[in-house]
Amino acid sequence: MTYAAKNLTTGGRELIAFRVGDQEFCVNIMAVREIRGWTPATPMPHAPSYVLGVINLRGAVLPIVDLSARLGMKAAEPTVRHVIIVAQVKSQMVGLLVDAVSDILTVRDDEIQPTPDISSEFEKSFARGVLAIEGRMICLIELEAVFPREEREAA
Amino acid sequence: MDMNEIKEIFFQECEEQLAELESGLLKLNDGDRDPETVNAVFRAVHSIKGGAGAFGLDDLVSFAHVFETTLDCVRSNRLEPNQDVLKVMLKSADVLADLTNAARDGGSVDQARSRQLIKELEALANGELPQASPAEPAPRGAAPTPAPVVAPPVNEEGFQPVAFSFEDFEADEPALIEGTCYEIVFRPKSELYAKGNDATLLLRDLSRLGEMSIHCDTDGLPPLDRMNPEEAYFSWKISLKTDKGEDAVRSVFEFAEWDCDLDIALACGGAVDASEELPMQPVPFDLSLLDEAAAGSAEEEEQIATRDRDAAVSAAETASNVLQMAQSSNRAPVEAQRNAAAAQQAASAATPTIRVDLDRVDRLINLVGELVINQAMLSQSVIENDTNGTSSINMGLEELQQLTREIQDSVMAIRAQPVKPVFQRMSRIVREIADMTGKSVRLVTEGENTEVDKTVIDKLAEPLTHMIRNAVDHGLETPEKRLAAGKSAEGTVRLTAKHRSGRIVIELADDGAGINREKVRQKAIDNDLIAADANLSDEEIDNLIFHAGFSTADKISDISGRGVGMDVVKRSIQALGGRINISSKPGQGSVFTMSLPLTLAVLDGMVVTVANQTLVVPLTAIVETLQPEASAIHSFGASQRLISIRNSFCPLVDVGRILNFRATQANPVEGVALLVESEGGGQRALMVDAIQGQRQVVIKSLEANYTHVPGIAAATILGDGRVALILDVDAIVAASRGQSLKPEMSLAAAG
Repeated sequence: MTYAAKNLTTGGRELIAFRVGDQEFCVNIMAVREIRGWTPATPMPHAPSYVLGVINLRGAVLPIVDLSARLGMKAAEPTVRHVIIVAQVKSQMVGLLVDAVSDILTVRDDEIQPTPDISSEFEKSFARGVLAIEGRMICLIELEAVFPREEREAA
Repeated sequence: MDMNEIKEIFFQECEEQLAELESGLLKLNDGDRDPETVNAVFRAVHSIKGGAGAFGLDDLVSFAHVFETTLDCVRSNRLEPNQDVLKVMLKSADVLADLTNAARDGGSVDQARSRQLIKELEALANGELPQASPAEPAPRGAAPTPAPVVAPPVNEEGFQPVAFSFEDFEADEPALIEGTCYEIVFRPKSELYAKGNDATLLLRDLSRLGEMSIHCDTDGLPPLDRMNPEEAYFSWKISLKTDKGEDAVRSVFEFAEWDCDLDIALACGGAVDASEELPMQPVPFDLSLLDEAAAGSAEEEEQIATRDRDAAVSAAETASNVLQMAQSSNRAPVEAQRNAAAAQQAASAATPTIRVDLDRVDRLINLVGELVINQAMLSQSVIENDTNGTSSINMGLEELQQLTREIQDSVMAIRAQPVKPVFQRMSRIVREIADMTGKSVRLVTEGENTEVDKTVIDKLAEPLTHMIRNAVDHGLETPEKRLAAGKSAEGTVRLTAKHRSGRIVIELADDGAGINREKVRQKAIDNDLIAADANLSDEEIDNLIFHAGFSTADKISDISGRGVGMDVVKRSIQALGGRINISSKPGQGSVFTMSLPLTLAVLDGMVVTVANQTLVVPLTAIVETLQPEASAIHSFGASQRLISIRNSFCPLVDVGRILNFRATQANPVEGVALLVESEGGGQRALMVDAIQGQRQVVIKSLEANYTHVPGIAAATILGDGRVALILDVDAIVAASRGQSLKPEMSLAAAG
C-alpha cells in the first residue's frame, strides 16, 4: 500500500539493487518477500545447473537459483556472505542467490533506458532495461524470465 | 453475517443436498427400497427448494417443486421407482445441479432440457407411466400397499377397470386395450382468452391423444348487438377415444383448468347415452381394493361418479393424509411428516459436523507441520548435547513427540475426504455420454470411501471426466456390436479407488473393444509420430494415445475430439505428481491406472543416505532391507547387476546413479539394499549407502515453488531444518527398466 501510494506521488517505483559478480542488477521491490543469508541447499536430481537445490523456508520448499549461473556467468561458490533474495514470481516463490544487496532505488519510469542493442537474445530475454545512476549501470531484471517457467507449464 | 455469506452457505448446503440426492437415487436404482432413502431424496430436493425460495431463485424453485411433487408420489407409494422413473429422476437431479450452479455462478442452463424434464416429471406424477398402465396396476394396488393407500388406487387406476368392463359390451379386442372413451365438456371462461390461451390450440392438443369428434355448442351466442367481444360464448362437447389416461386428457387443460368449466366423463366407444351407467361398472372391482380401508369409501364412490377434480382433491384430503400432492394449500401434514422423517434420521445416524473454511485448515496443517519439525529439531539438539541424560527432559520430549504426532494425525484427518463425491459426479457423466452415444452403460464404483486429501480430490474430477468420456465414447462398443461380439448389450465401466504404497490408485476399466492397435499405429504413422516400419510393443502402441493431438475417434464427435486428448489427461495427472498407465486387451476392454500421491499427508519413511544426500523412501514400498554379500551379486551383461535373494534374482538399482547424484555405480557390498515392490508388481533392490532410521515425515510439495522432478515424489523437512527428498519408488523402478527419467526441462538446455 505504502509503496503504491509513494509511486503515485513520486511517479516512481522502488527497486532493490544487488551485485552478482562485478555487475549490478535490480528487481522490483514489490516482488521481494525477504532477504536472508545463505544456507546449504539440498540438490535436486536432474536440475538445471543454475538450480542449486531447495531449502526450507519456514516449512515451504524453496528452490534456489544461482543468478550468476542463470545469467550465463561463472557459477557461484556460495559462502555465508552470500545472500538469498526471496522473490515471488506469479504464485511461486524463488530464492535468488546473489553476492550482496546494495541499495534500494527509487526511479521514475522514464529513467529506465531500453536494453542496449546487444547480440545475445538470452540477455535480452531477462533484461527489462538499464539504469544509469551515479556512473553505475544497473540492469533491471524480469524475474519471470529468470525463473525456469516453461518446463512447469510443459510438465 | 451479510446476505452473501448466507447465500454462500446455502449453496454449500445445496452441494451436499445434491450429493445426497444423487446417492439416494442411485441407491434406489440399485433396488434399495428403504423408505428412509426415499425420504432422504425428498428432503434434499425440498431443502433446496426452500432455500432457493428464500433467495428468490425462481427457476430453481419451480423446477424443484415439480421434482418434489413427483418424488412425493414415490414417497407415498403412488409411483413405483422403477428404472424408467429413476432415469428421469437422475436426469432431473442433473438439471437441478445445473440450475443451482447457474444460480450461484450466473451461468445459463439448457432451458429446453429442463422444460422437457418438467414435462416428464409431471407425467410421472400424473401416473402416466409407460409400464404402469397395461398390466402392472392390479397386482401392485393389491399386494404391497394394502392399508394406508386409500385414494391413490382410485385416482390413478380408476379408469383402468373400465377397460375390463368393456369385455361385456364389445368383443372387439383391440378396442378393449386402446379405447378408453371420454365425454368432455369444455366451457371456457373469458379469463381463458384474457390470459392468452386459445381454445383451438387446446382442442388441437386434445386431438393428438386419439380419435376425437367435436361438437361446438353455439347456443350461448347472443345476438350481434348484445355481444361483448371479450366474453366467451362457445362451449364444446368432445368425444375422445384414447389409450392415454384421464390424466393425459387433463394435462392438456393444465394451464386452463381454472379458467374454464371442464367435465371429463368416461364413456364407451360411441355409446354416449350409456355414459351414466358406465362409470359404475368398475365399482365392484375397485371395492375389492378398498375393502380394507372403509374410511372415505363414500367419498370415493362419489368421486368416481362425478370425476370432478376438485371433489377428488377434497375427498382425498379427508380420506387420507397420505395423499399430499404437494399442493401448497395442504402444508401442515407435509410438515409434520417431514419432521417425523427428520427425527427418524437424526436418531438413526448423523454425526454432527461443522463447516470450516479450507484456508483455516491449511493454516493449521502448516503450523502443525512446523511444530513437528521443531519438535524433531529440539529432540535432535537435546540428544546431541545430552550430558548424562537428564531423564525429565527426555521424558518430556518423548511425551511432546507423542502429542505432536497425535495432533498431526488429527489435523491431517480433517482434510482427508472420501473420493465419493467425485465418483458420484462421474455417474452423471456416464449417463450423459450414454444418452448422447445411444449406448447402454453401467457404472460400477468401488472403494469410494477411500480417503484422500481434499486438494487431490478437487483436481481429480477433470482428468477422470475426460477418461470416462473416452471410455464410453471410444472404449465401449454400440449395443449391436456388443451383442454381435457375444457380450451383454450393456457395457460396464468400473471405477475403483484404493490405497497402495502411500498413494491412491484409481483404476478405470471398461469392458469394451480395447484399443484398436492397428488404427492407433496407422494414425501415429500418419502423424509422423513413429516411422512406418517401427517395431513397437503392444504397450508402446497403447501409450501412443497419450501423445498430443492424438485421437482415435474417426470423426470429431460432440463428446470427444475437441482437441483435448489423453495428453492433457496425462499432463494434469503428472502435475498432481501422479502417473497414468494403460493396459488393453483386444475385445475385452482397457484399464487405465492412475497413481496419485496423497499430498499434504504424513508419510512413514525410511531415511537413507545416498551420495551424501539424505533421502526418504516411503516405508510402504519397502518389502525388506538387506546387506548384500559379494557372493550374492552377479553381473548381467555390460552394466546390469543382479542380487540373488533366496535363489531368485532381483535387479540392483543404484539410486545415487539413477538420480544423477554420482557418475559411477557404487559398490553394492558397501551399501544397503532396499527390496521394493513397485506398482507394476516387479521387485527391485534399490541400493543406498546407509540407513539412518525410520521417521514420520511431513510431505511438502515440490511443485508449489518448483516443478515436478522425475523420480522424486515430494520433499520433506528433517530435524536439522534441511530439505530431504522423498523417493518416488515406482518411477525409479520404471526408470531402471529403461524408461527415461529425464527431466522435461526445456530451459535446462537453453540455460
